[in-house]
Parts: sequence; structure tokens; C-alpha cells
Amino acid sequence: MWSELTKAIAHINVPADWVGIRVVKETSSNRHVRDGLPQANGKYSTMGAMLEVLVNGCLGYAATNSLDLGSLQAAAEIAYKQALVASEWRVYDFRVTERPKVVGEYNSPFLEPLDSLCPGEINDLLVRICQTLKVSDKIVQATASITSSEKESWFVSSNGSEVYQKFLSFGNHYGAIAQDGAIVQQRTNNGSHANCYQGGMELLKRDTLWQQVRQVGEQAVELLTAEECPTIRTNLVLAPDQMMLQIHESVGHPLEIDRILGDERNYAGGSFVSKSDFGNLVYGSPLMNITFDPTVPGEFASYGFDDTGVVATREYLIKEGVLQRGLGSLESQARAGVAGVACARASSWNRPPIDRMANLNLEPGNATFAEIIAEIEHGVYMESNRSWSIDDRRYKFQFGCEYAKLIENGKLTKTLRNPNYRATTPEFWQSLTKVGNASNWQMYGTPFCGKGEPNQAIWVGHGSPVCLFANVEVFGGGS
Amino acid sequence: MKIDDLSALETSFNQLIETLIIKKKSSEEFTVKLSSERSQFTRFNHAKVRQTGHISDGWIELTLMENQRSSFRQFPFTGNWEIDWQTAYQYLQELREEIGLLPVDPYLVLPTGNNTSREVHSGKLLPIDEVVPAIVQVVTELDFTGIYAGGVVIKGYGDSQGQKHWFATDTFTLDYSLFTPSGQAVKGTFAGSNWDESAYIQKISQDKKQLELLAFSPKELPRGQYKTYFAPAAVADLSMMLSWGAVSEADLQQGNSALAILSRKDKVLSPKFNLKENFKLGLVPRFNAWGEMADPELPIIEKGILVNTLINSRTAKEYQKTANGANSSETLRAPEITPGNLEFAEILPQLDTGLYVSNLHYLNWSDRPNGRITGMTRYACFWVEKGEIIAPIENLRFDESLYRFWGDNLVDFTNFQEFIPEVGTYESRELGGGLVPGMLVEDFTYTL
Repeated sequence: MWSELTKAIAHINVPADWVGIRVVKETSSNRHVRDGLPQANGKYSTMGAMLEVLVNGCLGYAATNSLDLGSLQAAAEIAYKQALVASEWRVYDFRVTERPKVVGEYNSPFLEPLDSLCPGEINDLLVRICQTLKVSDKIVQATASITSSEKESWFVSSNGSEVYQKFLSFGNHYGAIAQDGAIVQQRTNNGSHANCYQGGMELLKRDTLWQQVRQVGEQAVELLTAEECPTIRTNLVLAPDQMMLQIHESVGHPLEIDRILGDERNYAGGSFVSKSDFGNLVYGSPLMNITFDPTVPGEFASYGFDDTGVVATREYLIKEGVLQRGLGSLESQARAGVAGVACARASSWNRPPIDRMANLNLEPGNATFAEIIAEIEHGVYMESNRSWSIDDRRYKFQFGCEYAKLIENGKLTKTLRNPNYRATTPEFWQSLTKVGNASNWQMYGTPFCGKGEPNQAIWVGHGSPVCLFANVEVFGGGS
Repeated sequence: MKIDDLSALETSFNQLIETLIIKKKSSEEFTVKLSSERSQFTRFNHAKVRQTGHISDGWIELTLMENQRSSFRQFPFTGNWEIDWQTAYQYLQELREEIGLLPVDPYLVLPTGNNTSREVHSGKLLPIDEVVPAIVQVVTELDFTGIYAGGVVIKGYGDSQGQKHWFATDTFTLDYSLFTPSGQAVKGTFAGSNWDESAYIQKISQDKKQLELLAFSPKELPRGQYKTYFAPAAVADLSMMLSWGAVSEADLQQGNSALAILSRKDKVLSPKFNLKENFKLGLVPRFNAWGEMADPELPIIEKGILVNTLINSRTAKEYQKTANGANSSETLRAPEITPGNLEFAEILPQLDTGLYVSNLHYLNWSDRPNGRITGMTRYACFWVEKGEIIAPIENLRFDESLYRFWGDNLVDFTNFQEFIPEVGTYESRELGGGLVPGMLVEDFTYTL
């Protein structure tokens, strides 16, 4: 690929100030079984090139899945024509400094290749997971799926960038729906498709797999006879698999600088955070430390370079509760005059890079899970997201979980079903009272972070310990 | 896309099907799905261009079936026969190697019909270099943000039994918002196959009038239950929740449907509520993943009673039902809610005191088995007193069951409908949309 691309970048003939070509090749596999019967077996392959040009301070792009020199030249001409026309109405006078020269390589860590199990073996395993989930006749649906992906990207530019990255990713999901008359309850392994990581087939072979599968089935049935979550203001303890969603929606998205600049107001929304808040805003309690960190080995959205070639580094977004910097690419940083991170990312070759959150982690504190629970007289502990909604400024939210336990006098007691909670973002994070330590810090990921016009679903990773929030409104289900 | 390019793609697609038929073994069956587009995407912020580009994309999904087993491969479709056939043949061989390793699928659906169709809808879209000036010059003094997406979208299907479908359409959507300095906004969509400059100017002119209403200071409302008028765009958002674990027969059978209560007749909805699939507008293909054609119309809820679910051939086989041409995910493709009796001029007087909600945002089930939905108000939502708009509102979260707002609390639907176009672009530009009225509801529950 390198020889074709270096040849192409040398031959592209448009009078632009800068030209970049990013080629992405990805093959992903999806195998899905329901109630022991195959539902989907297949692979998705895509390959194409994104050409970007800078003309009179305006960036234009054209993407094509034909990679011959003629098609790339034709794409460059379309990109040039669009940028030239649009430059009269450009939103900002972009410079080549927003596309610096970078040379480098990144490879996901892995132990076992993704094809170390053949399709038949994977299906056998998924069938066995479904059988193990079905702990009772009350399980009316048992599902299991495995997804994997091998993705390569090459980036070259007219100012000498040459970046190669190869990502191996693996995800598994299983869950059960239990029903008893009108009562229906769902339980999965950590919420919908949350077990997504970079790495190989070794990620499946965890010692605790079968114990976890059985537990998911048992808890689905357990929820059928559980009490409804009470409607009350109380202490709320969130497991890392719910903290993932909490961080994503109420910290990640509002800190995206393109949202603050208004780019997303028509679709994903704006933000309650303004440019002047950086360096000043008390976002949460002093226990709140959030990093943007694409360097964590094996986390789902790790990378060496963003899709404009900027070197990825770990940065504090929020330190001891105070907002430090935003999730903004070099383009957004130039426009906003606010410090950002290497986060210009595109979902594939056929979308332009925009500000995305990559790995966003809540750094561990110093409490064990037992210590957190032990000091609570009354509260609710919730696991695994099942419902999420937040307003376009990322201020008022309501989230629901699959499974909860009542906390009484320092102990986990009754199981609760249909647990939900709602709050506003600043009030919630300022009520952060205890942060778990490294022993209960866990990381998850999702491939479904949606944003952008045209729309892009992208991979993100989130790590967090167990956290305690004081005086939160929780409530149950029902009509 | 030029006509020549379009016909070259069709020729290449047809050649692929014909060659696969020749290459297949007698024991094998296959289906081929095609999705292709040539789209311009221009994104605006503050009435200026944020990003502008063009995407030429396309893929084939080849599914091979043999001995009650199946697997698929999705791969790029460029229209270049040499490249596309080489790729297809490589994957055909890979599928042959894999398929024997897979478990038996008792509900596998083999292609059986003899359906064919060919629809080509030409449009008159703006040339690439005219999009930006045509849009921006009308809104230069406004805080205009959004996206123009336009070009040709192609959907194709072919199989080993000789079924073949081709659907190509030239369309555009301009999905935009106009903001006031305080952050309130009017939402608009302007869509079609022919760019009509005067209609666009008129639409923006109407939006400007709504912007004036947003100039008042927003009113912060306490949580509670309010009589609410939902404009058609908001009704469309609510109705699309029915595609997510509601109208699907598979979801109903597998304990995953919000309409299970309705199906069991434990509750009924208002007799004023009628929902159907209506393909008569011709904006989306009627064929599905097995080449089957849906009927032009399919009633789903009639007078508050669930009369049909969406059943595809796979679900039909598993649960001994009759298929009705549903797609593989059994989602609504051409939904229509029929109008009621509420006249436009009567909306505010009938609302009297309550909320006028133009749009909703980020809907999700908060308790799916009970049909409870949460979400936010968004864009041009107003507090109304004694039939008069008083002020825009601060956004409010709702959490309410469809069995209430489409049940006893439904006052009426409007006697007019609006077509709300699909503007999604996640995998590719989506087609179609929903035809829905506005609706007036008593005691809608707002929680935050």
C-alpha cells in the first residue's frame, strides 16, 4: 500500500495548499446465536480512500472506494472544486499547521490471532453460552455474539506525513430475557455490547467466563421476583459498567470543542460548557479526575495518532474536579483558542475526521468496594446500563440499569428491578463522594458512539472504578 | 451521478448475478444485496461552511446457503467489473469453505419467489459548485447550522432463483436549525428530488417568523403533568420508537416488545390511533432481504387495536406465522399515522394552557415492557396560556408510557399530516420518512 500511496500523493495534481490521503481497510466478523440457533455468520470488508485538500483556508474532501490513480485524481479534483467554492464562506481560515507532518506506526497488542478459533468453534462456543444462560424455563431468550475486527489505516500527505496503524479488536456480548406473565426482565454481561477491547482471541478465554454466563442467566430470573426500585433521594453507588455510560454522556460529549463551537447543534447538540469555562469550571467534586488516554494498552479506543496524524498523548481533562482542557482536534483548538487533545477521528475512510473522545477514564481513588458500601446507611447500588437519554446541552439526564441492590446499614441486601436515576450533570458530579481504587477499576468500550453530519458511529473506551454519589433521585419502572 | 455511470453500475450488478448463477453448485442458493451512493455532504455552522465533501461508496452483500446453513460476505462494489468479480469470486470460495463448519439453521429462508422490479427516479439536484451559494446566500444574516446531503442512492437485490430488483433515486435533504443568540432554535427540513429555490426562500422566511417567537426569555417549568401539543416532527420521533422493540413479531415472541401488553389485549390504545405501513409514496424500495415485495399498505394498529405485526419470512417460519414482506429487522419502513379531526386553527385554542412541543430529542425506552419512553423536548417548544404562545421553555425531560399518550390521554390528532423525511446517514443516506399528523395529549408527564 505504501508504494501506491506515496506514488499517488506525488501524482495528485490540484493547486491546493495541502493534500492528504487516508486509506482504510477493515474486515470485521459477526457471529450471533439466539437460543442455540445461528442467526448471523459473516464478515464485512471495506476499503477506500479519503482525500482531503486545503484551498484558500478551506478544507474539502472526497472519498472513493476505487483506489486506482485515476480515481484518486478525480476525487482530489472534486475535493478541490468543493473547497474552492466553499472558501468564500469558510467557517475558519485553516492552515497547514492544523495538518502537521508526522511519521509513525501503531499496532494493537494481542496474544492470539483473531482466527485462532475457526467459525465452527466460535458457533459451538456461542451455542454453549446460550445453553448455560438458560438456567430456567422462564428464560424466553438467550443470545450470544462475538465480533472481531482487523483494521489498517495508512495516511500520507503532501507535507510528508506517513502514518500506519493496525487495530485488532474483539467484543463479546451475551444476555438473557426472563419472563413471568407480564413481568419481563433483561440481564446481560455488563450492558449492551460493553465488552469491547483491542486484542485477540485471548480476550474470550477468561477464567471467569462460564461463571459470569451462569450468573447473567440466574440474575435475569432473580429480577422477576425482585422488588421495584424505590422512588427516593438516596446514596447511589454505580458499578464501572454503568460509570462507563455516565462518563461518556455527561463528561465526554459536553467537553467536545466542536459542540461548544456549535458544529453539532443541528444533530448531536451543543454543550452547557463554554470556552471560558476551561481552566475555571468546577465540574465535580475534588475526587473527580478524568483523563483522555489513547495510550492504555488494550482499551478499545487506543491509538498512536489521530486521523489527521497528530500524536496521541494522555492528558487530564478534569483534575481534582476542575475543568482543564477540551476534546478538540488541532482544527478545533485553533478555532476556539482552547487546549485540546489528539482526537480528530473518522469512523472509516468514507467520513471526515471530527472531534471524538477515544478513551476517557475516571482515574482511581483509594476506596475498596467493601469500604464504599460499608459506610452507607441507605442507598442503591446499580450495574449495567439499559437505558440512556440526555439533553442536547448534556445537562439533564436519565439513565436506567439492569440490576440493582438495596444498601442497608453498610450491606448489600435486596435485589431491585427497573432501577433508574436522573440528575443534572454538574449537580451529579459535585455529589461524587467516594471513588474506588485500582482493585475495582474496570474498562469497557462501545462501537456505537454516534455523532457528526454525515453521521459517524465510532469506537470509544471508558475505564472507571466503583463510585458513590450522594443524594441522587432514583426510581423504578411501571406505566 | 450521470446516467452513463448509473447504467454501468446496473450492468455490472446484473453481470455479477448472472455470473454467480453460472458459478453456483446445484445444491447452493444465494442472495445478493447492493447499496450504493454518490453523495455530496456540506455541513454548515453560523451560516458558513464547516465541512464540504463528496462520497462515492457502494457494497455488495453475498449470502451463500447450502445444506440448511448460511454465511455472508459484504465487500466493496466499485462498478469496475474486473475488480468486483475478482472480489466476489474470492468470497464465494471462502463462503464455500466456511459454510460446512457452521451449525444447521432450521429457520433459514431460501429465495423462492419470482419477483422483479425496476424503479429509477431521476431528480434535478443542485450541481456541486452551486450548493453552497444557493443555500448560504439566503441565510447570511441568520445563525444557520445543519447539513445538505444530496445525490443518487441505489438499492439492488438479486438471487439464485432469478429474482431481481433495482431502485435508484436522486434526492436531497437539507436538515437545518436556526438559532437565536440565547440558544433557542427553530428546526427545519427541506427535502425532495428537485431543488426549488423559491420554496427554499419561502421556508426560511416562515422560519424567521418562528424565530421571533423565540426571542422572549425562556420559561422554566416545574416538573409535572401538562397538556401538550406535539407537532408532526415530534410525533414522528415517538412513532419511530415502535421500530425499536415494538412492532416486530420476533420481538413480541421473544419477550422484547413494548406492544406485548397491547398484543395480549391487557390494554388498548385510543380508537383514534391508526398506524400503517404505506409504500404508496414510492420513496423507499418495497423489496426486502429475500427479494419479497411488501404489500402497498399494511395496517398495524387500527382504532387502537394491534391488527398486524411486522413479520419477515424467517420469523414466520419459526413461529408458524404468515410473512408480510417485513425486512430482516422487522422495522417500519414507510410509517403513516392517519389524521384525526383537530384543525390547524384549533391547535392553540384546544391546547388552552400547556406545552407546544415542536421536536423531541434522544428518546429511549425507560421501561420497555410497560411502553414507557423517556426523552427531551428540543427546538421551538413553547408555553401556551389561554390559547396564546407566552414564551419558549427551558428543555424538559419527559418519561411517559405510550399506553397513556396514545391511550386514554390522547385528545386528537390533527386533520393534516406532514411528511418527516429520514435524514440519517450512519451507513449510507437513508431514504423515505414518516407521514404523521400532530397530536394533542392530556397530562403528559415531565420529570426534570
